Amino acid sequence: MKTFGLIPWPRKANSARAAKERLQILLAHERSGGSSPDYLPALQRDILEVIRRHMEIDSDAVEIRMEKGEDVSSLEINIEVPAKPAPKKTAKS
Amino acid sequence: MKEERGNSKVIVITSGKGGVGKTTSAGAISAALAKRGHKTVVIDFDVGLRNLDMIMGCERRVVFDFINVIQGDAKLKQALIRDKRLDNLSILPTSQTRDKDALTQEGVKKVLDELREDFDYIICDSPAGIERGAHLAMYYADEAVIVTNPEVSSVRDSDRVLGLLNSKTAKAENGEGIKAQVLLTRYDATRVENGEMMTVEDVLDILAVPLLGIVPESQAVLRASNLGVPVVLDEPSAASRAYESAVARLDGEELEIKIESERKPGFIGRLFGRAT
Repeated sequence: MKTFGLIPWPRKANSARAAKERLQILLAHERSGGSSPDYLPALQRDILEVIRRHMEIDSDAVEIRMEKGEDVSSLEINIEVPAKPAPKKTAKS
Repeated sequence: MKEERGNSKVIVITSGKGGVGKTTSAGAISAALAKRGHKTVVIDFDVGLRNLDMIMGCERRVVFDFINVIQGDAKLKQALIRDKRLDNLSILPTSQTRDKDALTQEGVKKVLDELREDFDYIICDSPAGIERGAHLAMYYADEAVIVTNPEVSSVRDSDRVLGLLNSKTAKAENGEGIKAQVLLTRYDATRVENGEMMTVEDVLDILAVPLLGIVPESQAVLRASNLGVPVVLDEPSAASRAYESAVARLDGEELEIKIESERKPGFIGRLFGRAT
């Protein structure tokens, strides 16, 4: 049913607008080639490698979360560090 | 610490034809299973055309995907996205950038075996067609839900898919049957009444498999997809009730199948208190 623009109509949040906004944000990321960033596996490997220079951690211990936003995205990296860090290995092992 | 989950079930949501509501159904079914208290994961098998993430509303949180896990670039745990509304529901998105050859049978088996240790229900959202992705989505399934519209090409494709389920799956190759049920979607009771749409009986006569449920054509489906909310987690509607009861049956409950029409009484109908 059509309602006229001037008549206030008690409608619930406009879901079509939500759809358009979600698509705009997502497609902006995808078109810029950042949809499923292929650098993430490599980033994860590098992070692990750097940390392992200082302590022993499990390769399961890295958790990467992402929240893509309209203007900025956030990348959250959680690293589980053992309660008692193993003594640092000598620089070259 | 992993609990032993002896009887986890892998269920493929398939159809052959595209656009009949597979992803909507996969999202609704997995959310409804999680709502019933089952630890559930839903996997997108449509490599290259990721969409389950949008239906589930987690498209901005995808970091790693199914293909990353298969290729060893990420751990399964890292690729699983925990649903923000139901903490016993997880989503395994597919890759948007790779091609479908990245999906391998051994890789799929490995991921499913690992998921079986942690989840009660593993829902595989199949791509349309009968190519590699669709084949692998059904190959290790214990059960199948065939999403069908009461329309000739959809019913024909469903029949084709039933044939594949009974020949090209691990269960079929072992001589065990695969339990397949039809979920009739976009059903319009008014058009059926007017003889413009095949009836439930018509479709079942042709396909000769049990009926899981009937989801009426409903405005709630587009709204839920707009919002990125599985239909059963959005406000109650004829469609959400239909999915809930289909899932209760999928989960072993014996429930009568009802056809609820969404159509609201028109203005005149409302005046006279008539419900259609």
